[in-house]
Amino acid sequence: MSAMDKEPMFSAKNIKLFTAPLGKDNPITVQVLGICSALAVTVKLKPAIVMALSVTIVVAVSNVVIAAMRKYIPDRIRIIVQLVVIATMVILVDQFLKAYAFDVSKQLSVFVGLIITNCILMGRLEAFAMANKPWPSFIDGLGNGAGYGIILIVVAFFRELLGSGTLYGFPVMEKLGIYSTGYQNNGMMILPPMALIVVGLIIWFQRGRNKSLIEKK
Amino acid sequence: MEHLFNIFIKSIFIDNMIFAFFLGMCSFLAVSKTVKTSIGLGVAVVFVLLITTPVNFLVEHYVLKKGALAWMGASFADVDLSFLTFMVFIAVIAAIVQLVEMIIEKFSPSLYNSLGIFLPLIAVNCAILGAALFMQEREYQTLAEATVFGVGSGIGWMLAIVSIAAIREKLRYSNVPDPLKGLGITFILTGLMAIAFMGFMGIKL
Repeated sequence: MSAMDKEPMFSAKNIKLFTAPLGKDNPITVQVLGICSALAVTVKLKPAIVMALSVTIVVAVSNVVIAAMRKYIPDRIRIIVQLVVIATMVILVDQFLKAYAFDVSKQLSVFVGLIITNCILMGRLEAFAMANKPWPSFIDGLGNGAGYGIILIVVAFFRELLGSGTLYGFPVMEKLGIYSTGYQNNGMMILPPMALIVVGLIIWFQRGRNKSLIEKK
Repeated sequence: MEHLFNIFIKSIFIDNMIFAFFLGMCSFLAVSKTVKTSIGLGVAVVFVLLITTPVNFLVEHYVLKKGALAWMGASFADVDLSFLTFMVFIAVIAAIVQLVEMIIEKFSPSLYNSLGIFLPLIAVNCAILGAALFMQEREYQTLAEATVFGVGSGIGWMLAIVSIAAIREKLRYSNVPDPLKGLGITFILTGLMAIAFMGFMGIKL
C-alpha cells in the first residue's frame, strides 16, 4: 500500500480503473451486474441518460464514503452499513429529480428507488471500496457508472430510433423523409422483451470481437 | 374475493417480475444454471415476499404516508415521512431477511440447509424492494391485497427462474455460437420467453 501513497493522481493504474469497465470489464455485459434497472428504462434516450447519470453519481459517491470508512466498519454488519450509505445517496438523487426533472422522475417510477438494490453498487462496494483508498474507489465508481451508462445509452438509442422513430424526442425518421418510402416504426422495439434481446446482441457483438471473453463450458 | 384472485393472477402472469419489469435479474441470471438450485431460490423469494410485502404495507400506512401518524395524536397528523420510504423499506427487508434466516435455522435445520445460502442474497434482490415499491405506487388499499400481490409476484418470479433453468439445462446439448454461449443466449432466451408471456396481456381482469 505504501507505494500507492506516492502515486500520482492520474497514474496509468488509475486510468485503467476507469477504462476497464467501459470495455472488457463492463458491469452489464461482462460482470452481469445491474441488469434489473438497465433494461426497464431504455425505451427512450432521455430517461436512460438520466438513469445513467444517477447511477454514476451514486456509485462514485458511495464508493468514496465506504472507502473512507472501510477501517471502521465491523465486518458482520457491513452489508447494512453499505445499504444505509447507498439509500441515503439514492434518496438525495430521487428528491433532486422530483424537484428539477419531475416528468423524467415519473417515467423512471420505481427504478430510481431500485438503484439501492442495483447489484453494481453492492458489487463495487464489496469488491473494491472495502479494500481500497477513496481516490481509486472514486475512479472505479465513475468507470463502472460510465460502463453501465454506455450500454444503457446504446440500447436506448436503438430502441428509440427503431421503435418510435425519434432520438431524444427529435423525430429523426420523419425529418429524413423515410416514412414516405413505406418504412414503418417497429412497435416491437418499445416492448420489454426487445431490451433483453438487444442486450443479448450487444454481448454477442462484444464477445465476437474480443475472444477472451467467451465463456468456456 | 374475486378481486383478490384477479390481483393474484395479474401479478403472476401479466405483471411478471422478470418478464415485464426485469426485477431480480441479477440472481435470475446467476442462479438459473440448474433446476434444483433455482427452485430453492424461488421458494426463498416467495417466502420473503410473503412476509415483507404486508409488513412494508403496514409501515407505509401507519408511519410513512402523509397523515399516517395521526394515530399518535393530533400534533402528528400533518407529518409526511414519505421521503424516507427507500431507507425504511430496505431496512425492513434486510432486518426481516436476517430474522427469517435465524428463525429457520433454529426451528427447521433441514429447510435452512436448502434455503440458507440463498437468504442473504435475497436482501439485495431487486424483486423484493421492487414489490414493496410497486405496492406503494399502485396504492393497494387493504393488507389482504398487498399480501396477495406479494405472494403472486414471488410465484411469478419462481415460475420464470425455474423455467429458464430447465431450458438452460437442455441448452447444454445444443450447438450455440461461441460468443453467445452462457450469458448472451440466456438474454435472448429470456427475451423470447417474455414475448411469449406478453400473450397474457390481452386477458381482461
